[in-house]
Amino acid sequence: MIGFGLIKGLLVTLRNLFGPIFTVQYPDKRAGIFEYAKFRNKSISRIFLDERKNFFLAILNYVKIPVRNEQFSRFRGNEFVWYDDRCTACASCAKYCPLGIIEIETHPGGENLQAGENYEIDKFSIDTGRCMFCGLCVEACPYDALHMGTDFEKGTYIRDDLVLDKETLISQKKNPSSWFRPQFESSEYDPWKESLPDSKKAGRHEKPTDEDIKRNWVNKRSKSE
Amino acid sequence: MAIRSEPITINLGPQHPSTHGVFRMRVTFDGETIIDVEPIFGYLHRGSEKLAEERTYTQVVTLTDRMDYVSSMLNNQGYILAVEKLCDINPKPRGVWLRMIASELQRIASHLVAIGFLIQDLGAWGTPLTYAMREREKILQMFEMLCGARITNSYLRPGGVFMDAPSVFWDVLDSFIASFPKSIDELEKLITSNEIIFSRTKGVAVLSSKDAIDASITGPILRSTGVDWDLRKRDSYDYYDDVEFDIPIHEAGDNYARYLLRVQEIRESLKIVEQCKKNIQPGLVRPHHDEVPDLLKPPSGDCYVAIEGSKGELGFYLVSDGSIAPYRWHVRSSSLINLTLLKDMLVGTLFGDLFVTFGSIDINMGEVDR
Amino acid sequence: MLNFVYENLYKTLEFFLPDSFLIKEIIFVFSGLIIAFIIINAVLVGVLLLIWGERRLLGRFQQRSGPNRWGPRGLLVSTADAIKVMFKEDIVPEEADKYIFNLAPLLLLIPVFIIFSVIPFAVGLYAVNINVSLLFILAVTSISGLSIICAAWASANRIAIFSALRSVAMLISYEIPVGLSLVGILLITESMSVLDIVSYQKIPFIIIQPVAAFVFFLGSLAEINRTPFDLTEAESELAAGYQNDYSGMKWGLFYLGEFAAAIATASVFTTLFLGGPNGPVLPSIVWFTVKVVLVLFMIIWIRATWPRFRIDQVLNLAWKGLFELTLINIVVTSIVVIIWPEGSDNRLIYITIANWIFVVPFIFIVAKVLKTSDYKVTNFNNQNYPVGSAKPKFEKEGS
Repeated sequence: MIGFGLIKGLLVTLRNLFGPIFTVQYPDKRAGIFEYAKFRNKSISRIFLDERKNFFLAILNYVKIPVRNEQFSRFRGNEFVWYDDRCTACASCAKYCPLGIIEIETHPGGENLQAGENYEIDKFSIDTGRCMFCGLCVEACPYDALHMGTDFEKGTYIRDDLVLDKETLISQKKNPSSWFRPQFESSEYDPWKESLPDSKKAGRHEKPTDEDIKRNWVNKRSKSE
Repeated sequence: MAIRSEPITINLGPQHPSTHGVFRMRVTFDGETIIDVEPIFGYLHRGSEKLAEERTYTQVVTLTDRMDYVSSMLNNQGYILAVEKLCDINPKPRGVWLRMIASELQRIASHLVAIGFLIQDLGAWGTPLTYAMREREKILQMFEMLCGARITNSYLRPGGVFMDAPSVFWDVLDSFIASFPKSIDELEKLITSNEIIFSRTKGVAVLSSKDAIDASITGPILRSTGVDWDLRKRDSYDYYDDVEFDIPIHEAGDNYARYLLRVQEIRESLKIVEQCKKNIQPGLVRPHHDEVPDLLKPPSGDCYVAIEGSKGELGFYLVSDGSIAPYRWHVRSSSLINLTLLKDMLVGTLFGDLFVTFGSIDINMGEVDR
Repeated sequence: MLNFVYENLYKTLEFFLPDSFLIKEIIFVFSGLIIAFIIINAVLVGVLLLIWGERRLLGRFQQRSGPNRWGPRGLLVSTADAIKVMFKEDIVPEEADKYIFNLAPLLLLIPVFIIFSVIPFAVGLYAVNINVSLLFILAVTSISGLSIICAAWASANRIAIFSALRSVAMLISYEIPVGLSLVGILLITESMSVLDIVSYQKIPFIIIQPVAAFVFFLGSLAEINRTPFDLTEAESELAAGYQNDYSGMKWGLFYLGEFAAAIATASVFTTLFLGGPNGPVLPSIVWFTVKVVLVLFMIIWIRATWPRFRIDQVLNLAWKGLFELTLINIVVTSIVVIIWPEGSDNRLIYITIANWIFVVPFIFIVAKVLKTSDYKVTNFNNQNYPVGSAKPKFEKEGS
């Protein structure tokens, strides 16, 4: 009770003064010359010769480097991925949605009464403005037609722009998240690097057998032991 | 003329930097001494309990996330246990171990937030808070690996968890278990022996065990008054019987005891996570749709299940009328009930102790108002 | 510096100006204005740098990066803030006392700038030489309390009044130990002029008078409302304290005044205890700057680490701790000064040794004593108060 605890605290903060920074600057950060050289994968003299302006800006710590936030592939992102050829318009997703924001309109389709050709979809829209990204719709989909997306910067000025209608869902980039889609994880697919425009590549989520579970059980700790 | 003094009433909140949300207090002071506190809440009421009555049992999981948003895994766990009891579902062992890991990590995260903001309320300008948040960030990243979200997890399902943990998770968990004790030591070095914190929290807002039991206060606050009451031991759920851990008890019942108890509980939670990781075996994480359908239809009846949440006893009462949605869903939120003795703790203390005591109770407005 | 500027200006302008009534006086005032302009701008630039430095350092202490966007390493962040504050809407509460409300920020700012007029920034570089400049500094610093109570009262805000009362209580309490801590220096140097004190410090007074330096540092932290004594604007309790109802540039002036006060305090501490601009090899103004920056770093470091005291603890510390320490310091120093009067051999060394042996142990003794007088929780009986009731909602058994 004389003040040693206070001094101990001062030493802790002093040590952290020279420690690393744990916050991440997003979407870009200011970089110094060394960081910029590392980013461009060039030597500092090379940067001086090639990009004179950036060299001086980097010395002033004024040059921008884009920062991509590392997300895991299970991240439940903002845009949905929907494969229209797989969808049978069963409306399981719409029934499962706790907020009722998925809207489906159908009319009786072709002659073939097999599943998937019975109905044709007139309207399929998801109001992401009200979505809370619980992923229950994806869990409900029996044909793996609907997936969560991975993107997150989707702010707009008009609220109606947040509604993903059928055309948008078909035409937009398809980077499905591996939320409730274990086939992506077993094939080590990275939604941040490649997109899957074709539904055949996306694979199906089958009920795993006991052998599968044991073979695919991904605990590296047990492997090493 | 004699010096005349009169009490002054100040309205603190709902917009106040340290009311931990939208809490409001009408406080009457005599000089700096508090003579009356009138807590007013309801500013964050969203009607979760009513909303649940028109949602299926699986959909309600998403509502539990949003109650106590710093410990959503624990909310999920309590709710899922209630549903499992109501529908008589036998959960898969791997799923149970996974949800124990998740909920203990969440308890660590929640206690870190409590400690960080307690010290913030004491006036340390953000430093212990950022150190606590730095550790919490690692936990949230692990949650993102598990379930793709950091706060609103929705990870648990009736019968287990929705998906097995990815391989990366185990490596990250290993490194977290290895590095975390060092970080918590650092935090303790900064706070635990600090004389200013001693003098400001020791002997302030003392709660006796009798008062605490009478007001049905639970959680770290009850244990800080010397009562050995932890539902993980007393009314064991999941596989808490199979892991070894201690329950820290303090006698003092003051703000400092509440702080220190949380730090010790963090260490115990880490022990549990370690043992869960050792005990976990390969297998299914949730029953298949054939066994437990996605659309649950429990027999009519009711059940009450309580778990040891990060803030106290977190109870879920479910009434089923045999339909797909609960007939009534009630939450016994520990935050709300722990607030009931706020006035007793505060009257007679000074203005400076007000928010420190408030922070040491560790409430979450999302859970108070639901 | 004032006389130097005046003489040079007069010499230069003598040829052009008619030899008329009051011309000398006009030039004198004009040269004073020039010096004021230079000092105020220097301090303002210092404040901008200090705000940036504080935010940057606090960030690094907390393992964040701090402001790093605007300008190289975020250096222009405080300039951007200043521009933003100037263009913000200026809101005056309806029930406010308009004149006092507007006057208060100036009352805080002006005395801070006045302090700089007597501080020697380098050897021979000072605005004016007053022979009682120590007393002048003490007198001027206490005006800030008036500003705070003006601001609080005029804005008709209860939280602000709380803050102002705390501020005044602290100011009154800490003026005494701060004033008394300087008596030791007066006894040794036998002068009240800051210049004499600076030129006397072959050994800095922090070594000769460690307890006085300790008390002065803590006291000045309390007077400028910095952690751990930042009760006036305790963010977790009083939101922003007396500045609650201020917005726009008036709030900016308060902000400016506080940071300028931090620089002023650091300068005074440097001048009185760290030897001011004295130092080997480097030019004296560099030494002065380095010492001021060191003191400011210490203040920021403390802010990053320690929580704040409660009001009763703050007052206890002043009256039961620091006050006694200064008294002991005065007694020991005066005895020592009588034994080794001015001019005797190795005087300062003996005084130093005596101070360290007889005064420093008292810091620990006082710390022990303070511990026993901890604040105790009382069950407050509030039958005399009409508002509410303090009885617990849950009736206890047997009551």
